[in-house]
Amino acid sequence: MEDQQEGKKEEKETDYRRLQSYPLIRHSDMNEEMRTETMELCVTACEKFSNNNETAAKMIKETMDKKFGASWHAVVGEGYGFEIAHEVKNLLYMFFGGNLAITVWKCS
Amino acid sequence: MPPKAAPKQKAGGTGSNLKVGKGRAPRINAPAKGKDDDATTEAGDGVGEEWMQAKTLIKPDDQLELTEQELKEEFTRILTANNPHAPQNIVRYNFKEGTFKQTSHVDQLAIHFSLEGNMIHKDSDEARRQKAKYGASESYYQSWMWKALSEQAISESGEEKKDEGEVEGDAKPEEGEQDGEKGDDSATPAPPKSDQKLTNQFNFSERASQTYNNPYRERGSQTEPPPRATFSSTANQWEIYDAYMEDLEKQEKAKESKKQTSRKDEEKSKKKLTALETQSDDLSRISHAAKIIERMVNQNTYDDVAQDFKYWEDVSDEYRDHEGTCLPLWKFSYDKAKRLAVTSVCWNPKYRDLFAVTHGSYDFMKQTRGMILFYTLKNPSYPEYIYPTESGVMCVDLHPEHPYLIAAGFYDGSVAVYNVTLKTLTPLYQSTAKTGKHTDPVWQVAWQKDDLDNNLNFTSISSDGRVVAWTLVKNELTFTDVIQLTLDEVPQEGPDGTQLAPLGCGTCFDFHKQTDHLFLVGTEEGKIHKCSKAYNSQFLDTFDAHHMAVYKVMWNHFHPKIFISCSADWTVKIWDHTYTNGPMFTFDLGSSVGDVAWAPYSSTVFAAVTADGKVHVFDLNVNKYEPICEQAVVQKKKTKLTHIAFNSTHPIIIVGDDRGYVTSLKLSPNLRKVPKDKKGAELSKGPEAEIAKMDKLLSLVREPSNKDEKN
Repeated sequence: MEDQQEGKKEEKETDYRRLQSYPLIRHSDMNEEMRTETMELCVTACEKFSNNNETAAKMIKETMDKKFGASWHAVVGEGYGFEIAHEVKNLLYMFFGGNLAITVWKCS
Repeated sequence: MPPKAAPKQKAGGTGSNLKVGKGRAPRINAPAKGKDDDATTEAGDGVGEEWMQAKTLIKPDDQLELTEQELKEEFTRILTANNPHAPQNIVRYNFKEGTFKQTSHVDQLAIHFSLEGNMIHKDSDEARRQKAKYGASESYYQSWMWKALSEQAISESGEEKKDEGEVEGDAKPEEGEQDGEKGDDSATPAPPKSDQKLTNQFNFSERASQTYNNPYRERGSQTEPPPRATFSSTANQWEIYDAYMEDLEKQEKAKESKKQTSRKDEEKSKKKLTALETQSDDLSRISHAAKIIERMVNQNTYDDVAQDFKYWEDVSDEYRDHEGTCLPLWKFSYDKAKRLAVTSVCWNPKYRDLFAVTHGSYDFMKQTRGMILFYTLKNPSYPEYIYPTESGVMCVDLHPEHPYLIAAGFYDGSVAVYNVTLKTLTPLYQSTAKTGKHTDPVWQVAWQKDDLDNNLNFTSISSDGRVVAWTLVKNELTFTDVIQLTLDEVPQEGPDGTQLAPLGCGTCFDFHKQTDHLFLVGTEEGKIHKCSKAYNSQFLDTFDAHHMAVYKVMWNHFHPKIFISCSADWTVKIWDHTYTNGPMFTFDLGSSVGDVAWAPYSSTVFAAVTADGKVHVFDLNVNKYEPICEQAVVQKKKTKLTHIAFNSTHPIIIVGDDRGYVTSLKLSPNLRKVPKDKKGAELSKGPEAEIAKMDKLLSLVREPSNKDEKN
């Protein structure tokens, strides 16, 4: 029984993984164009550096700096809490891959 | 020095008069007699340097005293390049020939003095050798040279230094006084800044200047920082999982609703249509603003015309007896209606600045499209409404109570009703062959009073001899023949034996203003029939009015008995409908009269337009025989004026021509003069006064004519 349950759970887990690989924006006050662009960037970065959140965050930050001007901040992680002050219209908080939370904001 | 001078003077004694030094290089034959030759050279030098020496000659003590005679004696001496000491005949043994032979070449060179120099070229072998030997760079030589120089200087400066002069090399170029102290440095003198090019330190000039310093200015500004907000959240696996699950649910719901929405696709497409409509609405909203702007621009462009329209009164009228003038104001034209004759003009009964113009062609052979245009005086450059038609439009009438309804008659015999408020270009109603369409061009349409059922109705007349009343019933246009025009000739027999009654060709009509049933019909034959709605095929009266087609009949606005007619036979006639024997007045205008119209402000004023491009304005009260204004208003010759209309409030008329232009004209004060009684006070206004005025005129005319008749 337990094994079966375990198996089911695993199945469900993989299923969940498969399903939940799309980006899910939790909160954002960016305009449409910027939001999609940032989201795509986050996805690219996290797929590229799937085993290194730090480099992913670095890539996001640097690319954002290039695209939208300096002083961007990016956090990529599986679990963290935060309270940030950000410039209005420059915040994106999203989930990706079922286990990653990505926060990108601008504040100089 | 003195010993040297002696031979010099001596030489002067012997060869002072030699003209040796005269620019020519002395042909000195080198060594020869030592002293003498020296003297000559010296003398040469002396002459060369004469300019810088004092001229007083100092005689040496032992100078030979010579007499004047001796001094003046000239010695001639020829100097050659030959060495006088050289042997003239050198003989050498020639081994080849075994004899002594005289050599032809004798060496003439003599060396008197030679001195070894202490300078060597730095690129020469010797220099290189020295360099190698001393192992020093060029700077060594420099320092060495400096040393030598300073040494010289010291030796010349005085004895003290000479004493110490033994110590070589210590004299540095910069500090010549520190002689003794650094005695041993001579071996390795500090090279002054290696590799630096030696410059002449005395050859320089110094310049300095002070520039103006720009004043400093400080400027600062403080900007507001971009707005910020705080955001806080916690991210962990549970949260992420929950978020995704929530999203999944949403997606599933969305899928379900999509199925439902697919059914509503049709509705959506409908919505799109409405969206399109609202878009056009947006455009129309802009068009309203654009229209205002357009009118403003036009007002600016035609400012002078607008001023004339409102304020200009021809002052010269006071000096003319009774005659007046017409001042051309705006000219209306539309590109697409050019070359289409103006077939009718009609003022809007409600909006005094708006009028309708129809375009078509009067030429039977050249029938083309037509057009109904609405112009306003506020925008002379472009029509307000445009209704293009396939057939030429021959006439138009605006409903007096519903000015947005236009009745129009076409060359193809149909009649139509347009509604200006609708944005469609197609007519609201149109008669077809089935619904009683005329078979010939419709020459006039006129709205009538609403019938008993309050249905709108209008009447039309055509060359096919029918006068038809049209009624607008809901979606239909129903017709009733009011009268059939016939000729009182005997019916002719057709080819198949049927009786064919020849038909009259109606060209115009006008309903009496007070008596509803009474109306006049003008025909192409030149007759005017007085008809009643009550009789379908009979005329109350017939006037043999004109010799050619009657173009217009019109009841007087004030007097109920009087009407006017015009014709192609060049005449305008005024009639009393109760008096059939002849016209009250006849005016010959010298050309085909296209249209005539009573003025709305006076019972005695009317205007006519003729084919020679003239407007004729009459006031019977002023002159019963001649027009008080006869004015050509067309630009080009051969332009025929076709129609005329008085504005009901403004003192202007519009005339249309056969080239598609409509010209507005302002009537000068004389043309709209209110008659004054003898005291100068204005007569009472009103229809009664107008009727009385007309009656007075008629009585003048009628009596003699009546008498004639009696006679």
